[in-house]
Amino acid sequence: MKFRDEYRDPEAVRQLAEVIARTVTRPWTLMEVCGGQTHAIVRFGLDELLPNTVTLVHGPGCPVCVTPIEYVDKAVEIALMPGVIFCSFGDMLRVPGTHGDLLSAKSRGADVRIVYSPLDALAIARGEPSRTVVFFAVGFETTAPANAMAAFRARRQGIRNFSMLVSQVLVPPAMRAILDAPESCIQGFLAAGHVCTVMGYEEYEPIAAHYRVPIVVTGFEPLDILEGVYLCIRLLETGCAKVENQYSRSVRRAGNGTAQELMREVFQVTRRRWRGIGDIAESGLSLTEAFADLDAERRFGPVRNTGDEAGECISGLILRGEKKPPECPAFGLSCTPERPLGVTMVSSEGACAAYHRYRRAPAVGGV
Amino acid sequence: MTGGDQFAFTCPVPASDADVVQLAHGGGGRAMARLIDTIIRPAFSDAELERRHDGAVLGIDGAIAFTTDSYVVRPLVFPGGDIGTLAVNGTINDLAMCGAQPLYLSVGFILEEGLAIDLLRRVVISMRTAAAVAGVRLVTGDTKVVDRGKGDGLFVNTAGIGRIVAPSPIGPANLRPGDAVILSGDLGRHGIAVMVAREGLGFETAIESDCAPLAAPVLALIEAGIPVHCLRDLTRGGLASAAVEIAEAAGCTIALEESAIPMCEEVTAACELLGLDPFHVANEGRFIAFVAAESAGRAVEILRRHPVAAAAAVIGEVSDGPAGQVSCRGPFGVARAIDMLSGEQLPRIC
Repeated sequence: MKFRDEYRDPEAVRQLAEVIARTVTRPWTLMEVCGGQTHAIVRFGLDELLPNTVTLVHGPGCPVCVTPIEYVDKAVEIALMPGVIFCSFGDMLRVPGTHGDLLSAKSRGADVRIVYSPLDALAIARGEPSRTVVFFAVGFETTAPANAMAAFRARRQGIRNFSMLVSQVLVPPAMRAILDAPESCIQGFLAAGHVCTVMGYEEYEPIAAHYRVPIVVTGFEPLDILEGVYLCIRLLETGCAKVENQYSRSVRRAGNGTAQELMREVFQVTRRRWRGIGDIAESGLSLTEAFADLDAERRFGPVRNTGDEAGECISGLILRGEKKPPECPAFGLSCTPERPLGVTMVSSEGACAAYHRYRRAPAVGGV
Repeated sequence: MTGGDQFAFTCPVPASDADVVQLAHGGGGRAMARLIDTIIRPAFSDAELERRHDGAVLGIDGAIAFTTDSYVVRPLVFPGGDIGTLAVNGTINDLAMCGAQPLYLSVGFILEEGLAIDLLRRVVISMRTAAAVAGVRLVTGDTKVVDRGKGDGLFVNTAGIGRIVAPSPIGPANLRPGDAVILSGDLGRHGIAVMVAREGLGFETAIESDCAPLAAPVLALIEAGIPVHCLRDLTRGGLASAAVEIAEAAGCTIALEESAIPMCEEVTAACELLGLDPFHVANEGRFIAFVAAESAGRAVEILRRHPVAAAAAVIGEVSDGPAGQVSCRGPFGVARAIDMLSGEQLPRIC
């Protein structure tokens, strides 16, 4: 398949793995930010192609994982209201709230629908004017422009039975929070290519300079990720803390100006709580005053912080890159995708789910 | 249109030959008799049905395979088939996987009040065509109607009887270390075709369901004397579920080779976009066969003579490793674990 196979060429992968091995002179710990990258690393066994001295730890970039439990609770509460059609990306449906997930709300009679785009939710609202349509707007900077577009069009087309439950988050503040943590061992980052397609990478330059960490904007295919690792290690080995762009076929330094403009019109930066990580200042987006009437929290009441979940789940440590899934005593035993204790086991982009899915066979070997 | 119909608008009472299913069609009276006599019986036109008795009386020599399956699919009509083709081929395939020549099917319809009669007619004709292609007879049936809102348009149950032709038992218990795993064709067409039709994804390429009868290639293997140890058609849950179920039941390990698994480009692209694993996507015209390693080459050659198995290939082998373990060696030589799907397949966010 074009635009895929050329980034999965076994010979090119083998050669790049060799170049990395030749470049490394001491141990390095890198974090890949995005859950999509984690998924590819674990699926293809890319970490096993690297020298033992290079450790990849998995970052917080799974939008499903970091959505706070109180938003899931609010989503379930709204979905169960009479007359409501609750629209969500498929991934969010299995995320456990305090009293069940959206799928269980659906089985109790809620009209919960999977959409592939927020504009599909808007089309449902237009088609069913007697119903109240609520869209669960979650995700990083990647989903923000399309979600902003839904709000923008709802306003322009005068669709009044549409609102959004917004829990958008931003990557750079989370990277700062991870680096500020005293336990942090991250020496370099593979930044999320699709987030940077929207936002560019200028905003990462101060992070690289302040914390003295190289950051490489990286794609999602095996060769992208290995090249990202190579560039990051080359920067580390030469003591150079700057931002490089591996994913240049998609990312420009300034990003997508049109998308950013739309985001600025519809959303404003706000404080957000991240599931498993906690409150981070200026780490999320909420609707601006001009679009506040589309805010589901205004229509159905504010989301109430229900506090951190107790229990044996260590998803917070996983999301901060401080532990790997197999280090959790519950992994694969009391915590499985059927009976998840935490959200990193639920989402297809969650690190625990990726390990559970791809890594339970012992004795896996490399090239 | 007849002259009478042209003036139908003057009559406040709907014509008795309604264009949608009504509750009376399941009431056991005239309307039901008319529905069966005008749509179902003529389409299936079998001597057993014409006897108009409570059941079919059949004579079969030797051991039989007997199976049943219920079919619920939305939408009822999808690219490459409909619920009727699915209901006939699905049960034929279950019989074939037992090493049986499919012979007879029963059909149970549960119709929802309001279902378009034209749609029912289409489904019945599809069933007739699928049965004719596979050489099976539809010999007995049942029709019920449920209130509007109490069904999803149309549910179909089929049960089937086949005559065992395999010389030795076929099933997971017969797997042997070293057995070759053969896949009959590319993965995921049915699941993606239905998902695209259901969700209105609007992909530019139209992927059609692979729904097809598999008895012919299976019987060809048996007739050629290939030592077939186990067969499994890949339906919901895809290749992953079938392989894991068999590895668990047989108490063995199955190792697959990703580069050997045939995939069509459209399905690969759709899976990439939606974040789905093609190993988990449903099929309706594919199976895996476990055969003695020394016969694998000849088995593939025989399968490839059948259009439905033209892309057949050896995709892995059985070993005496840990029970229930399935792994797949990826393009870079690293093996990953293969597991059954957890819950429903849900497309990812981004």
